Amino acid sequence: MTTTTVASFEIEYHQYLDANGKPAKDIPEFAKDMNTMRELYRDMYKLRVFDAKAYALQRTGKMGTYPASLGQEAIGIGYGDAMTKEDVLIPYYRSTGGLLKHGVTMEEILLYWGGDEAGSNYSVAKEDFPICVPIANQIIHASGVAKAIQMRKQKRAVVTEIGEGGTSEGDFYEGINVAGIWNLGVVFFINNNQWAISVPTDIQTACETYAQKAIAAGVEGIQVDGNDIVAVREVANYALEKARNGGGPTVIEAITYRLCDHTTADDASRYDDPKVKEEAWKNEPLVRLRKYLEKNKAWSDKDEEAMKEEVAKEVDAAVKAYEAAPKPTPELMFDHLYAELPELTKPQREAAIKRGAK
Amino acid sequence: MAAITLIEAVNAAMAYELEHDQDVVLFGEDVGKNGGVFRATDGLQKKYGKERVIDTPLAESMIAGLAVGMAAQGMKPIAEMQFMGFIFPAVDQIFCHAARLRHRTRGRITQPMVIRAPYGGGIHAPEHHSESTEALFSHIPGLKVVIPSNPSRAYGLMLAAIRDPDPVIFLEPKRVYRIVKHEVEDNGEEYPLEACFVDREGSDITLISWGAMMHETLQAAEKLAAEGIEAEVIDVATVSPIDMDTILESVEKTGRACIIQEAPKSGSVGSEIAAEIAEKGVLNLLAPIGRVSGYDTVMPYYRLEKQYMPTVDRILDEVRTIMEYK
Repeated sequence: MTTTTVASFEIEYHQYLDANGKPAKDIPEFAKDMNTMRELYRDMYKLRVFDAKAYALQRTGKMGTYPASLGQEAIGIGYGDAMTKEDVLIPYYRSTGGLLKHGVTMEEILLYWGGDEAGSNYSVAKEDFPICVPIANQIIHASGVAKAIQMRKQKRAVVTEIGEGGTSEGDFYEGINVAGIWNLGVVFFINNNQWAISVPTDIQTACETYAQKAIAAGVEGIQVDGNDIVAVREVANYALEKARNGGGPTVIEAITYRLCDHTTADDASRYDDPKVKEEAWKNEPLVRLRKYLEKNKAWSDKDEEAMKEEVAKEVDAAVKAYEAAPKPTPELMFDHLYAELPELTKPQREAAIKRGAK
Repeated sequence: MAAITLIEAVNAAMAYELEHDQDVVLFGEDVGKNGGVFRATDGLQKKYGKERVIDTPLAESMIAGLAVGMAAQGMKPIAEMQFMGFIFPAVDQIFCHAARLRHRTRGRITQPMVIRAPYGGGIHAPEHHSESTEALFSHIPGLKVVIPSNPSRAYGLMLAAIRDPDPVIFLEPKRVYRIVKHEVEDNGEEYPLEACFVDREGSDITLISWGAMMHETLQAAEKLAAEGIEAEVIDVATVSPIDMDTILESVEKTGRACIIQEAPKSGSVGSEIAAEIAEKGVLNLLAPIGRVSGYDTVMPYYRLEKQYMPTVDRILDEVRTIMEYK
């Protein structure tokens, strides 16, 4: 028997800021610009405050189910910061950070989770998809959007995001597989927050990494410290540039920890180990970035206080706008079903309007 | 003008739109060099190039999901499912996204696309190749379901489906892909969707069918005429949303209705048509509504498929029963 190795692979892990905010020697240029880093810190903080507010709205009956991003803020804020307006985001339900960075407003996000389709009628990011609720379908949408972009010879990238549990779905493989074959400009982010609702990552795969799932599709796979915004942004920037310039797709596994429940409808204390969670809190993304800023004399308690005040105002204004938004009227159930409502359905529309008026 | 078959008409309509609209793109399994397993896309890759007539990897959910992404960018994908029996992995994408994106974004993202699939029995095919599951798709708001019964209708309806701003499931009755030829002028003229076609006028009973069963239905109508029963024959063509006005008008005239379909009887398109007639036209009826359907059982493997599918005789028996009510 003759045995030769016909294929082999390695997965790189990227980290620039450790949990204490200590930078690696080769930290990228953008991370040396303290204005940029202050902005990113503020964006992550704002997402955290927004999440808390959304939770409070749900708990007081003013909004429906909501999935927070606590502990995972560096992922969406990181890739969102690397995106341009021309790029397209295909989000899932935990992509709040990416959506906010790409121009979707807090009011729209609240409206969405408040049960109104108006929240998906984005005023700014007009080509971005509404969040994908069924697991992993968005992976294929991203490849479809990228195919259209490729056919039209445009220099735009597509970003999509999925939880690590979602990578068990067939659509995940089908989507990255075709992206590999057609060399599509997609960046597939895996938010590996260790939990698919209550199911831990070791029940989800026998792979050492989720990034290596890319290898089976002939796609580059990279693992990154998902709590290190410098690493997330740097790797995202690399993959986005590659995508825009015909270099093809990249799968990026961002390792983090879900410090919150799956959604407001979940109670993670039923399955999460408090000791593990306590450890995870030491790794969360905001504290290490603040330490890094402080080491560079770019942040003070005064800055922190000023930011808190500003962000609270901003979020409160969004909540007020959400609460003041007009209630949807019954005809909206029908008016965007087709370009033109079928004859057979018109009497139902009229009946719903009449009932609604009572 | 040339005499062409139903499948050639499908091909001609797709070619016409590929020629005239740069946003049209066609893809699926084996649609390229091979021209599709039935040859529906024969010659199209050669003429319009590999960039626009694309062989995909073998994954139906991916085919439908790509159509969702491309349509969202304003392209007009025509995606082929090789057989309707293999459409089920794609149902997730079709139901959850293609059918809903316009609605859930308040019109911001639209889904102009055609999902084509050969369907129905009668060609001695392997298992899973012969079912008629149009009712599954008809049930979903946001989709249109179109089934041509002959070559000229296939040409005109396919053009309309491609140009329609919403997702259309285009089911091709493969048993009649090649049984008749029509003179079809390749002039880009579409037929309306959401419209029934009256293929035979009559005053005694309305026979309502679509797809391949139109052929048995029209044959039955000729035999009935020899018995002195003049049947009006309606080709539903768009089985969702249905043009009930045409059907109700006919039933008002004839006072009798019989629905003929290949699909299982229960929970079917035929059930819906019968219910609509009962709701809106019951006072015009002289007799109970009749239905000639496939049986409520699994589509059998091909040795029994002829026993399963409605025949001219079954239609005649049902009509004669209906005609007994005076």
